[in-house]
Amino acid sequence: MDSPPNSDVIIRLRGIRNQFGRHVVHDGLDLDVHRGEILGVVGGSGTGKSVLLRTITGLQTPVAGRIEVLGTDVRTADEDTRVALERRWGVMFQDGALFSSLNVRENVEVPMRAVPGLDPGLRGRLADLKVSMVGLPYLAGDKFPSELSGGMRKRAGLARALALDPELLFLDEPTAGLDPIGAADFDTLIHGLSRSLGLTVFLVTHDLDTLHATCDRIAVLAENKVLVTGTMKDMLRVDHPWVHEYFHGPRARAADASAKGPGDR
Amino acid sequence: MTRVVLRGAFLIANVTKLEQRLGAIAATSPVQADLSAVGRIDTSAAWALATLQLRIEQAGQSFEVCGASDKVASLLRTVTDALPRIESQPPVRTSLRDRIETVGRAVTQAAQFVLDLIRYYGLFLSRLGRALRHPSEFRLTALVHHCEDVGLRAVPIVALMSFLIGVVLAFQGATQLRQFGAEVFVVDLLAISILRELGILLTSIVVAGRTASAYTAAIGSMKMREEIDAMRTLGLDPAMTLFVPRILALVLMLPILGLVADLMGLFGGGLMAWIDLGISPAMFTTRLVEGTDVSHVFVGMIKAPFFAVIIGIVGCHAGMQVKSNAESLGRMTSNAVVTAIFAVIVADAVFSIVFGQIGI
Repeated sequence: MDSPPNSDVIIRLRGIRNQFGRHVVHDGLDLDVHRGEILGVVGGSGTGKSVLLRTITGLQTPVAGRIEVLGTDVRTADEDTRVALERRWGVMFQDGALFSSLNVRENVEVPMRAVPGLDPGLRGRLADLKVSMVGLPYLAGDKFPSELSGGMRKRAGLARALALDPELLFLDEPTAGLDPIGAADFDTLIHGLSRSLGLTVFLVTHDLDTLHATCDRIAVLAENKVLVTGTMKDMLRVDHPWVHEYFHGPRARAADASAKGPGDR
Repeated sequence: MTRVVLRGAFLIANVTKLEQRLGAIAATSPVQADLSAVGRIDTSAAWALATLQLRIEQAGQSFEVCGASDKVASLLRTVTDALPRIESQPPVRTSLRDRIETVGRAVTQAAQFVLDLIRYYGLFLSRLGRALRHPSEFRLTALVHHCEDVGLRAVPIVALMSFLIGVVLAFQGATQLRQFGAEVFVVDLLAISILRELGILLTSIVVAGRTASAYTAAIGSMKMREEIDAMRTLGLDPAMTLFVPRILALVLMLPILGLVADLMGLFGGGLMAWIDLGISPAMFTTRLVEGTDVSHVFVGMIKAPFFAVIIGIVGCHAGMQVKSNAESLGRMTSNAVVTAIFAVIVADAVFSIVFGQIGI
């Protein structure tokens, strides 16, 4: 497994086992995420991509295994350590998961309220900055989630996830349900922000274009564990039926061609 | 020239102070910011620097950053590029005319709502007529299912409620009538109030709360998942398949529930009269049969089908108004209950006036 030069491990999973009743989702799952990289997690439906994200962020308690995030063992940490840890990561849920009774600006302000001594006026202006950083117009801050399109809700959800300048960002299907242009814009946004803010991104996706456009490394979930990790080039050489089918199917070829396109011209 | 030197970490926790200090810098001379001793810095501190830069440059002075590491410079660039351009929304002014217009709109909306309910009533009648002509289109299974749900399952709550109402009525009546030595009239009081009014009215209110909300939720969630649209494209009529069995189930079951309520109310009242006033069950029955005309029962029961149609139509109509989000489902469900109860009480008042005028 090759790793980026700055191979400082930020998430370390060992022997994770998740099951619902008798249905085993993960068994003996190991995964490392390095600082500063964008890791894309792919897998067929029902392989537990979102469950893995929920496990790392503490929304789902695994039956067995060890989860270390930013050097803290999540499962044995006490309450205060966990709260401190949660402020160092941001999570964007599939449809933004904005609070429907608050407007976008107030949504982004919610995590900032935990900062002691932060002036409310200043908080509002910082929220405006985050809203603008994710590419939303200034007036979107006054709107309520129900008045926004799906793509705008996702952007607003990203702004809330970025409110406290997290080191680690979790994205659940960031481009699902967006039109191709909106999805491509979102890919560019994630890539740009993660580079300029020095974010580590854990990204669950189905979208081959997103993998091409943003991800440094890819982890494939299959057979209840992380089957293989590596760059896109490595993936193309993997000799596993599902992985081969996924990265060599007609959609994969199209995505590959469009990713290479601009460079050839 | 003003030199600003930043040292140490600048994070969101101390940005309030940083913003105050930077805000105090006068924009009368060029500013140079020395960031060589900056440790960690986040977007909020970068924002404070970027707004300073904007202010200085707008005042026509130069702003220069020196000694920034690559990371800090990249962050600063990102934030500077993303600084929101503050736009102000055109202020909305409400003139007197607008306010009067709002009132007018509310009135027409209310009228539209009533017309809509009448339209649904017409729809129900026409589909009912169609079902009589083409019995094969009628959904008997659905009707039986809804009858069980609306009628049988509501019996315990309706029975308990009217029993307690009977008890309360007998108890309250007894204390008042005892002052005149007219305890025995408690029987008349109970019979007339429960049979004519309370039995059916309170049953209808319970059913409105229970069933109108259930209808709205069921039809509304079908609307939300586009099931209704799917039915239409398949040539199924939502009014025939969804409304007719539901409303008809209410029309059939509400009179029965009302009768249960009448019996339980009288039973509760009789029990209390026996315990509190010593009116024996035999005396109670005799007095009931002699003193109360059977027309009271009919006056009460005749209202049941009307109330049933009102509750059913309000519930189905509200369900069809649900939009594709969960908030509207919740809002329409509570609207349905409020509207159904209100409409039942209005109808009851109308019945009282009519019966009073024609002297029944």
